[in-house]
Amino acid sequence: MINDALKARFDKEISENPIVIYMKGSALFPQCGFSAKTVSLLQPLGKLYTVNVLAEPDVRDGIKAYSNWPTIPQVFIRGKFVGGCDIVTELAERGELEAMIKG
Amino acid sequence: MLNPDVLKARIEQALPGAQVELRDTTGTGDHFEARVVSPTFAGLSMVEQHQQVYGPLKDVLQTGELHALALKTYTPEQWSKVKR
Repeated sequence: MINDALKARFDKEISENPIVIYMKGSALFPQCGFSAKTVSLLQPLGKLYTVNVLAEPDVRDGIKAYSNWPTIPQVFIRGKFVGGCDIVTELAERGELEAMIKG
Repeated sequence: MLNPDVLKARIEQALPGAQVELRDTTGTGDHFEARVVSPTFAGLSMVEQHQQVYGPLKDVLQTGELHALALKTYTPEQWSKVKR
């Protein structure tokens, strides 16, 4: 479920920050292996803006509806939904992740 | 605890002609990894391909019965190159 206020919040976070991760835990203390891996792949490439969905249950459900994606973590780069841990890993392996961030 | 055969059947039903390899990564019936090869994926972005696989599993992902599904998706052409 997602309401207008939540949608406006996501729009703002995603447009104002080049790399946004909705994750379990923080960049410093991830609380899930998939979130940890995602952070470790993106951290060398720029400043991360992370949101801990465990601290905000409405965000945890809301972001899934917002992006039509059922799992956490979720990564947005330069305003665009990129995917979860698998896709970020695949893009890193292909060497495409850095180019997406630099634009 | 989810039965991998049931998950596999659901994906195959949603994506006719798909080859699905599914593995329980922790032995606990809630963490799986899957490789899905389907002609339906042609022309779709990676996000869209994964959404096609998540679709038929939406209910168990929502309840948390399926906690994690590590996914690799390929078209038959892409997969024939990867296999080599």
